[in-house]
Amino acid sequence: MPRLTVNGQVHEVDVEPDTPLLWVLRDALGLVGTKYGCGIAQCGACTVHLDGAPARSCSVPVGAVAGRAVTTIEGLGHEGALHPVQQAWIAHDVPQCGYCQSGMIMAAAALLKETPQPSDSDIDRAITNICRCGTYARIRAAIHTAAKA
Amino acid sequence: MSTLPQVSRRSFIASVAAIGGGLALGFRLPAAVEAAAAPGEAEIDAWVVIRSDDTVVIRVARSEIGQGVMTALPMLVAEELDCDWNKVRAEYVAPEENLKRHHAWGPMSTGGSRSVRGSQDFLRRAGAAARHMLVAAAAQEWQVPAGECRTENGIVMHEPSGRRLRYGQLAAAAAHLPPPAAVALKDPKDWTLIGTAQKRLDTKAKVTGQPVFGIDVRVPGMLYAAIAQCPVFGGRLKSYDESRIRNLKGVRRVVALPDAAVVVADSWWTAKKAIDALPVNWQEGPQGRASSATIAAALQDGLAAPDAAVIREDGDFAAAIAGAAKRIEAEYRVPFLAHATMEPQNCTAQVTAERVEVWVPTQNGDAALATAAAAAGVPPEKVVVHKTMAGGGFGRRGTAQDFVRQAVLVAKAVGRPVKLLWTREEDTRHDFYRPMAMAKLVAGLDGAGRPIAWQVRLTGPSIIASLFPKRLNGGVDRSFASGFTEEMNYDVPNYRVDYAMRKTPVPVGFWRSVNHSQNLFFRESFVDEMAHAAGLDPYRFRRKLLAKSPKQLAVLDAAARKAEWDKPPAPGIVRGIALAESYGSICAQVVEASAGGRDGVTVHRVVAAIDTGHVVNPAILVSQIESGIVYGLTAALYGTITIADGRVREGNFNDYEMLRLADMPKVETVLVPSGGFWGGAGEPPLPPLAPALCNALFAATGNRIRSLPLKEAGPKRV
Repeated sequence: MPRLTVNGQVHEVDVEPDTPLLWVLRDALGLVGTKYGCGIAQCGACTVHLDGAPARSCSVPVGAVAGRAVTTIEGLGHEGALHPVQQAWIAHDVPQCGYCQSGMIMAAAALLKETPQPSDSDIDRAITNICRCGTYARIRAAIHTAAKA
Repeated sequence: MSTLPQVSRRSFIASVAAIGGGLALGFRLPAAVEAAAAPGEAEIDAWVVIRSDDTVVIRVARSEIGQGVMTALPMLVAEELDCDWNKVRAEYVAPEENLKRHHAWGPMSTGGSRSVRGSQDFLRRAGAAARHMLVAAAAQEWQVPAGECRTENGIVMHEPSGRRLRYGQLAAAAAHLPPPAAVALKDPKDWTLIGTAQKRLDTKAKVTGQPVFGIDVRVPGMLYAAIAQCPVFGGRLKSYDESRIRNLKGVRRVVALPDAAVVVADSWWTAKKAIDALPVNWQEGPQGRASSATIAAALQDGLAAPDAAVIREDGDFAAAIAGAAKRIEAEYRVPFLAHATMEPQNCTAQVTAERVEVWVPTQNGDAALATAAAAAGVPPEKVVVHKTMAGGGFGRRGTAQDFVRQAVLVAKAVGRPVKLLWTREEDTRHDFYRPMAMAKLVAGLDGAGRPIAWQVRLTGPSIIASLFPKRLNGGVDRSFASGFTEEMNYDVPNYRVDYAMRKTPVPVGFWRSVNHSQNLFFRESFVDEMAHAAGLDPYRFRRKLLAKSPKQLAVLDAAARKAEWDKPPAPGIVRGIALAESYGSICAQVVEASAGGRDGVTVHRVVAAIDTGHVVNPAILVSQIESGIVYGLTAALYGTITIADGRVREGNFNDYEMLRLADMPKVETVLVPSGGFWGGAGEPPLPPLAPALCNALFAATGNRIRSLPLKEAGPKRV
């Protein structure tokens, strides 16, 4: 039975080890802030952190995350203690439909951890997630704001 | 962490009942008022709920699909209500309540950029009526004339005595007063909320992963379903071999639908693996040989066919073209396009003897309810619809709610709640697509380069004929010519537009900006061709044709001014311009681009000017401009759905590509609201993008792009 640590909590889940982490988070653990968009690591709606690094959970088998720390949007920040990226997102009113935003925020938070003062081209390279509503310009601006926080 | 989703309006309705002193204007409507409501009419005060703690809940009937109606529509009510905007909460109207109250909240359909322009009048009146009742309640309490009271920020004040009461204190009494027979609306110059850049009400929830989208719904006892629909349009399910998946752990059963096989399992991943492993045979039907080429041939025929319906005719084209000094003609085409909402289609349903319940991301709650009732074979009164947040819409989730029908059928078959979720591939291959379309345009210029004759032949499949055949006007779908009809403001004395309708096996539907999306590419590119033939600057050429259309001219000028059209662009940069009127708004764009880059073209900057008449929330309008530009640019660069063997070839984002952040141009917006009307916001910013971009590329290369997307027809290949 795969065992994993999500947002600091240890879980044992009754699923096949080849089950993508995304579906374990969503259906077994009820952490539905992480979204499904494509299933082939193209869109990034499912982005979480594995030991602090961004990962597309639709393409990571749960069997591969044993012993690693998984962080989801639910564990990034919360009401009263939002992550600087979330605060910047609010300041720029980034989301439209909001569906891709958990993945975007997780990707942005991972970028800032690795590169605290990212250039525009750093952002171009790191944020390859898809947003159909077109929030890209605000995402770029919000990342720069979060970098100053 | 596995808590059930709280559909907030339900808990809200319950909490109002529990709170003493709660005022639900409209929920305890007098019988006379209720009886007065006719279908399609909006009942005043159905929109406003005030709690004793001064929270103002404003109901929203349209769907939030990212365009900001959960903020903009409450602003319209709050402006007239004079409440404290910081205490406003937005809540969805329940579709079954709308049915029960004879559509007191008007149409729930969210499309055609209609949410503001189609509801602003009754929403403002609802706010004014509620304010009137609160004032009356205060006047009664103080035993003073209502005319001596005024309202501000959620407080009624009696000026002569200095007395004040909060709306929350007055709510219970106001609820017992009759609604006013008529109310006066504020003069726009007195607005304090409309026209201000308020923050969206839904942002905080959306940055913490809290909103419940359709895909996130969890119902006790729920099973999960994955679907395989017949890959060929119009085909049927013939057979499947259930024995191959029966022993997979967690698989419950296969449900056969007329055109699809569905696996129901304990988890979605199990269902998905099982549907992939299930051997299925299809009865492909007559469309198995359809291809992009066969459809293109049918449309090519339509370009020359005699059986076209005249849509608009001014003057005498034939006579004028005969006398023209110069004649130009061109053929244009665009492919089918899928919507690609980020959240794939899904619906959760539960069917019991008592009722049918669905949880669904929908652009039309009324239609979701009707679809569920029809699928279950029950009267509409037996259906409950929980509208969830929706991960994009763009027209996909409105008219044809196939996902609702399927979920209800599957839930009925298994006797338990079921969440049906399509894969991305199913979503791309089973859409209602933006029509493939072609146009042939002919123009004649006089010796001074002025267009004196213009003829446009349009051909392609009609969305109206496909989805609402009863709405055809004498068999004609005028909307196919959108952008060429009364929305064509250039002064060309002899002008003729006709439409040769052609059917295709590919289902067609409303895709953001609908027929404007292709027609304005055709029109504004060809106007550029005219300008070039006339030897005139394309901006000045357009200006000359807009002398009698001051609003259009003002928008065009605003975009050109902001883009500094008269100054040469930086070396290597080229500019193009386009103008479009759609959904009651006028938008002009200047695109700055250069040849080169990953796609053979790099878009650096888009300047967009828009006149929406009034602006409810300029911050949201700017977001919608950015949004329309991204949606339009994605389609212009990459968008194509190709048909082979009766099926869609593209499946996922690896072959149906999307614009990404690195390719996002700088967008600058100029809002030039001229007042006096209410135009749309969600769609009008889209149509000018493709022609402005292609006109820029012509300026760069001398090659005219007459077919999209650019990845197939762009600078690298022409």
